[in-house]
Amino acid sequence: MSSDAIAIRTADAAGQPWLEALHSWVTTVDHKRLGVLYIVYGLVFLVIGGLEAMIMRVQLMDAHLHIVSPQVFNRMFTMHGTTMIFFVVMPVLFGIANYFVPLMIGARDMAFPRLNAFSFWLTAFGGLLLYFSFVGGSGLYGAGTAPDVGWWAYAPLTSRAFSQGHSSDYWTIALLVSGFGSIGTAINLIATILSLRCPGMTLGRMPLFAWMNLVMSGLVLLALTPLSAAQIMLLIDRYLGGHFFDTQAGGSAAIWMHFFWIFGHPEVYVLVIPAFAFVSEIVPVFSRKPIFGYPIMVGATVCIGFVSMSVWAHHMFTIGMNSYANSFFVFSTMVIAVPTGIKIFNWLGTMWGGKIVFKTPMLFCIGFLFQFLIAGLTGIMLGAAPFNWQLSGSYFVVAHFHYVIVGGILFALFGAFYYWYPKITGRMMSESLGKLHFWLLVIGFHLTFDFMHIPGILGMPRRIYTYEPGRGWEVWNLIVTIGAFVQGIAILIFVANLIISYFKGAKAGNDPWDAWTLEWAVSSPPSSYNFAVIPTVASRRPLWDLKHPEDTDSRYE
Amino acid sequence: MSTEQNRGNLERFTGNVVGPARKGFMDSENAKQRTSQARNLSRLAGLATLLVGILLAAGLCAARPASDNPVPNIFLPQSTPADTIFHLSRFVLTITGSIFLVVFSLLVYAIAKFRIKPRDDAREPAQVYGSTQIELAWTVIPILIVVVLFAATARVIHAIQDAPKPAAAVDVTAIGHQFWWEFRYPDLGVVTANELHIPVSDPAHPTPTFLKLLSADTDHSFWIPQLAGKTDLIPNRVNEMWMDPHSTGVYIGQCAQYCGTQHAKMLLRVYVDSPADFQAWAQTQKQPANQDAKEIAGRRVFENTACVNCHAVGGIGATGRFGPDLTHLMSRQTIASGAADNTHENLRLWIQNPDAIKPGSLMPAMQLDDADLDALVRYLETLR
Repeated sequence: MSSDAIAIRTADAAGQPWLEALHSWVTTVDHKRLGVLYIVYGLVFLVIGGLEAMIMRVQLMDAHLHIVSPQVFNRMFTMHGTTMIFFVVMPVLFGIANYFVPLMIGARDMAFPRLNAFSFWLTAFGGLLLYFSFVGGSGLYGAGTAPDVGWWAYAPLTSRAFSQGHSSDYWTIALLVSGFGSIGTAINLIATILSLRCPGMTLGRMPLFAWMNLVMSGLVLLALTPLSAAQIMLLIDRYLGGHFFDTQAGGSAAIWMHFFWIFGHPEVYVLVIPAFAFVSEIVPVFSRKPIFGYPIMVGATVCIGFVSMSVWAHHMFTIGMNSYANSFFVFSTMVIAVPTGIKIFNWLGTMWGGKIVFKTPMLFCIGFLFQFLIAGLTGIMLGAAPFNWQLSGSYFVVAHFHYVIVGGILFALFGAFYYWYPKITGRMMSESLGKLHFWLLVIGFHLTFDFMHIPGILGMPRRIYTYEPGRGWEVWNLIVTIGAFVQGIAILIFVANLIISYFKGAKAGNDPWDAWTLEWAVSSPPSSYNFAVIPTVASRRPLWDLKHPEDTDSRYE
Repeated sequence: MSTEQNRGNLERFTGNVVGPARKGFMDSENAKQRTSQARNLSRLAGLATLLVGILLAAGLCAARPASDNPVPNIFLPQSTPADTIFHLSRFVLTITGSIFLVVFSLLVYAIAKFRIKPRDDAREPAQVYGSTQIELAWTVIPILIVVVLFAATARVIHAIQDAPKPAAAVDVTAIGHQFWWEFRYPDLGVVTANELHIPVSDPAHPTPTFLKLLSADTDHSFWIPQLAGKTDLIPNRVNEMWMDPHSTGVYIGQCAQYCGTQHAKMLLRVYVDSPADFQAWAQTQKQPANQDAKEIAGRRVFENTACVNCHAVGGIGATGRFGPDLTHLMSRQTIASGAADNTHENLRLWIQNPDAIKPGSLMPAMQLDDADLDALVRYLETLR
C-alpha cells in the first residue's frame, strides 16, 4: 500500500529518482501529502486489524475449539481493538481532515505545517512500536509479548503483579506517543479552522465538514489528555514504585476506569463526528439540495461535544456506583440521543424533496443512516442502567459498538473514499466494483453484527477464547463468522478498487460530482499551495453561487 | 411522533420553499443507470426489512421456555431483580422499536419517492434551507421520549439497588480469584467454591440472598443472567447485589469482566435448593473433612506436597486460601471452576496436567509419580 501511495506522487514528479521521491515524502510538510500518508497508514493497519478479527472469529466458530491458545486469543482482541481505534480510524479521519479542511476553507496549508508532520510521524512510530511487541518477545507463534490486557487495559491487570515483562509497556508507551501526535493534530486543526479561513468565510458559512472537525479536535484535546495522564501514572506505578492503580498496595482499580472512560466515551464522538461530517457533505450533493437546518446541525454538533464529556460512567454501570450516580449517567446518556436524533432527521430532511442520485458515495451514506439509527437505538437500551446490568460485558455490547464503528463510521468513511478519491488522485473509482463492495459489505455486516446481538442476550460474555457447548451460542457464532468472511472479501474488493482505479480509472476533472464546496474548484489532484489566488466567498456553497449567478445562495442566508 | 404527522409536516414544508423555487442545470447523463440504482436501493430496503424480520424471529426462538438444557437467557428471568429488568427491557424495546419503525419508514419513503427518475428534467430541485417549526418538533418530541425513558429507568434502578434487606436474608461473601469463585457463608460457617448453593425464595416469606462481592486479585463480574444483572468484583472495593430465585434448579453463568488468561473458563453455577435441602446441604458443609484411615497414603501426599500451600481441608490443618477449599470437594459436580465434570479421570488429569483442562490456570502441574497420583486422587474422593 505504501509504495502505491508513493507511486501516486512519483507520477507527479515524473523522472524523479525513487530515492528523492521517498525523501520528499518523508520530509514533506504539505497537508495533502501528510493526509495521504495518514490514510495509507490507516488502511495498512485496517488489513492487519481485520486479520486479527478473523483469527478470533475462526476460534469462536464453534464451542471448545482450540485453534489458538487463550494467550494468543487474548492478545488478538487487545491488538484488534487498540489497532482499529488508534491506528485505523483515527489516522484515516485525521488524514481526510488534514487533506480537506484547508481546501474547504480556502487555505494554502494547515496553520502549523511542521507540527503537522511531527504529529503524523509520532502516530506512525506509535503504531510501529505497538506492533514491535509481536517480535519483541518469544516470537510470532506465541504472539511475542503483545499486550493481552484488553484495549481498556483495566487496572490491576496492567500492574507488575499481573503483567510481567513488557507487554503492557508496549501498549502504554505506543498509545502515549501516538496520543501526543493526536493532540498536535487537534491543536493544528483548531488553529487552522479559526485563523486561516478565506475572506468572506465567516464561522456561519463554513462547510459543516470544517465545523465538525473543529468540534472533533476540541474533544481530542479534552479526551486524550486524561488518557495520557493515566498512562504516565501507570508507568510511574510500573517503574517508579507508584501505587495509583496498584491494588496490591492499596491503589484504586476504579480510578483507572474513570480515567479511561473520561477518554473513552468522548473518543467515540471523536470517531463519529468526522463520520457525521462526511455524511453532511455527501448527502446534500447527491440529493441536489443544501443541508437541511445548517445552524441546527452546528448547534447539535457542539451540544454533542459538550454532553459527551458527561456520560463516561455509563461504561461503568456494573461497578457498583450508588443509585443516584447511576441515575445521573442514565439521564446524560439519554439526553445525547436528542442532538444525535436531530442530525438523523436533518439528513432525512436534506434528502426529502431532492433528486437523489445513487452513486456509490450516497449508497454508503444511506447504509450509514440505516445502521447508525439501529446503533443509536441499541445505545438507548444500553443506556438504561438496569438493562445494562444484563447486557454490559456481553456480546450484545460488542455488536452495539461494532454497529457504531463499522455500520456507522466505516460506512461513512467508505462513502468519503468514493467521494473524494477523484480529488486526491485525479481518477474516478470504479462504480461497478464500488457497488459490489457496498452490497457484499452490507450482507456481511448484517450477517455478522445483527446476529451477534443474540449470544449476548443468551449470556455470552465478551473476551472469552472459547465457550461451553449446549448454551445455544454455537449457531449464532457460526453465522457471525461466515459474515466476517463476507466482509473480509468486501474489503479486499475495496482495496483492489483503490489500486485498479488509480491506474485505470476515468479522468475525474475538477468537479466530477457537480458539488459546491471549495475543494472542487481546484484541479484534481490540487497543486502545491492549493489556490493560485485565495478565493473570496459569499455563502456556504461558493460553487453553487458560481454555477448559478442568477440565483445565488448569498441572497437567502 | 407519528409517521403521518411527520410526513405531513415535511410535505407541507416542501411546498413552502424559502424564496422562489430555483431551477438550474445538472448533467443528465446515465439517467437509465440511475433508475437501476434506485431499484437497487429499494432492494436494499427489502433486504433490510427481511434481516430485521429474521432477527426478530431468531430472538423469539431464543426466548422459548427453557428445557432441561439450561441456557442463561436474560429474557427468561427467575428472580425479582432479573424480572424487574426484563419488564424494563420490554418497555425500552417497545419504545426503541417504534422509533425504528417510524424513522426507517421515513428513510425508505424518501429513498423511493425522491430518487432521480428518467423522466426528470435536468433542473435542480427546489433549494430548501430548513424550517424552524420542523426542527422544533423533532427536538421536543425526542426530549419527551427521553424524559419518559429516564423516569422508568430511574424507578427500576431505585427498586433494585435500594431494596431493603429482610431479616430472613441469607448472607454470602463472594470472592473472585483468577480463575475461580470463593463463597463464604459468615452466618453458617460454610466455605465452598464455584458452586453457590442458595435457598429458593417464597414471595410470601422472601429469603433473598445478599452477596457481598470482593476480589482477591483482578476485576471479575458475577453474572447469572436468569437471576440478576451483573455486578463487578473489584479489588479494594466492596460491592453488593441480591437475588431471590423463585424456583429450584441449577442456574449457570460465568465471569463477565476480563480477568486474565483463563477468563473464559471462570464458570459459575448457582444451585437453588428448597429450604430443607439448603439446610441439609449447609449441615454437611459445616462438618470437618471426612477421615478415612484407608486413604492415609493419599493424605500424606496432600500434606507433604505443595497442595497444602494453596488448598484448605477442614480438620487436618490444611489452611491454604490461594485455591478452592477442598473439605467437601466431592459434594461438587464440577472441578476447575466448572471447566470439567467432577469425575475420577478428570480429577486425575487436573492434578497431573491442569493445562490439559484449563491452559493458563494458576494450578501447577504437580509432577507426581503414578502411585502418589492415584493415592492422592483416592484420598480426594473421600472428601464428601
